[in-house]
Amino acid sequence: MEMMLLLFVLVLSIFLGFELINKVPSTLHTPLMSGANAISGITLVGAILSSGSDSSSITIVLGTVAVFLASLNVVGGYLVTNRMLRMFKKK
Amino acid sequence: MILEALQNNTFINLSYILASVLFIFGLKMLSSPDTAQRGNFVSSLGMLLAVVVTLLSKEIVSFQFILIGLIGGGAVGAIAALRIKMTSMPELVALLNGFGGASSLLVASAELFALTTSNLVAMIAIGIATIIGGVTFSGSLIAFGKLSEIMPGKPYLFIGQKILTGLIILLLLLLLFQFCSGIFFAEILFGFDWINEQYALILLISLSLLLGILLAIPIGGADMPVIIALLNSYSGLAACAAGFVIGNNVLIVAGSLVGASGLILTNIMCKAMNRSLLNVLFGGFGAIDSSSSSGEGKVQGDVKPINIGDSYLVLEAASTVLIVPGYGMAVSQAQHSVRELGELLQDNGCEVKYAIHPVAGRMPGHMNVLLAEANVSYDVLVEPQDVNPIMDTIDVCIVIGANDVVNPDAREDESSPIYGMPVIEVDRAKTVFVLKRSMASGFAGIQNSLFFKQNTRMLFGDAKESVSGLVSEFKS
Repeated sequence: MEMMLLLFVLVLSIFLGFELINKVPSTLHTPLMSGANAISGITLVGAILSSGSDSSSITIVLGTVAVFLASLNVVGGYLVTNRMLRMFKKK
Repeated sequence: MILEALQNNTFINLSYILASVLFIFGLKMLSSPDTAQRGNFVSSLGMLLAVVVTLLSKEIVSFQFILIGLIGGGAVGAIAALRIKMTSMPELVALLNGFGGASSLLVASAELFALTTSNLVAMIAIGIATIIGGVTFSGSLIAFGKLSEIMPGKPYLFIGQKILTGLIILLLLLLLFQFCSGIFFAEILFGFDWINEQYALILLISLSLLLGILLAIPIGGADMPVIIALLNSYSGLAACAAGFVIGNNVLIVAGSLVGASGLILTNIMCKAMNRSLLNVLFGGFGAIDSSSSSGEGKVQGDVKPINIGDSYLVLEAASTVLIVPGYGMAVSQAQHSVRELGELLQDNGCEVKYAIHPVAGRMPGHMNVLLAEANVSYDVLVEPQDVNPIMDTIDVCIVIGANDVVNPDAREDESSPIYGMPVIEVDRAKTVFVLKRSMASGFAGIQNSLFFKQNTRMLFGDAKESVSGLVSEFKS
């Protein structure tokens, strides 16, 4: 049943995603992409749970590497998007 | 007491819902120029909230490794983001996509080793997250290599490439089935007893990495924006699959939002080239040998070169100028000189606009980023469909390092490989200046009949030097 609930959320959020971003001016293509990329670093949540768990050491090692890569993705993604958007000004 | 309340699962899940809402609002605001910066901030708040409440979770027994990963990764990410040059943005975006994919792959793998009971749903999710994550990771690394010119940017094709790709996809599906069902054919058929889930996982990872490489190497030059947008979508889908692995809704919501936005961008890019996604992925477009291209021969004529002094005189008398930048502007880093030229023209009483083709450059929006960096206001940037109808009224078009996106063959020559692609119809302007290094063809390897038109003048040389030359003429 939990699986069904997750699938339900999946389908609805995909539709939401298409509705949300269906008209993007080309000026914003790059920031939208890098901003979305930062959001995809949400996998950090899963990485943290593995890295800090009390399971086998291999889980902890894999989880820690995942935390490293995901935080790089998140921090780098948000900062670079912000840097770009600061330049997009109407004069 | 307070800590216990915070560790409560209900509280954590409510926070995840709030984080999802912040992502949704953030993404919505990111799609409009006026609110984009705030949108990015809102979405980062969502991320911060999701991470902080996760750290409160009772499942976490030790923080040392988490902190090492968080601080190390965060520091590297921050340094890269603050130091990167705007011209290297495509590489950075490709690399960050890859890291997101790799992270999802690792989360899925870590979870496999943590599984205590066999669980079909979890196994399917782990398998799928591994495949998408692996493809995203290796595909992005190849894209990074091509964009940063560590690898040759040309499409790489070999005989049997499609068959090999198909075979690997088939093998992956078979392996995925085995992985989930626990029925290992190799064991039954050949009596191998060494195959277990962990080995199957390693096989799964290797094959996915190989698939990512095979999908990215045939993509070259002008098709890069499509593959970057597609990999962006994959990185979201990988996070989404990882959400199924750990049964967490916030990953599923955030991941599928990214997946959808990446697909929309991919679709915009494909439409801008009048090609289907399958054609981009397997066409190996840029590999077409220019000698077999049909445009060759019949468009040949005399090209009419022009020098800086003469072009200055024409520009000085012009009352409307359209600047069309392409990848060449990025290569020679001419954007600042271009902005200066635009301002001087404006001071001279001339109306200046910039026409940006959606696939100009190497990633979606590449030209917009460069011009924004050079301080060009975004309201003077126009899209092809807005500027083409008024093209006849434009006195001078300055094409700076763009080639395929201004090729008239897309409208005139039915046998041209790019026939039907929506282009910026610069040849209809009264005069066209093409700033170009030499007569070499564009990345698609197609000859451009624009160069031989009556109203075209070629200004040979490095784009930055030519534009700077014009700027100094205006100043003197």
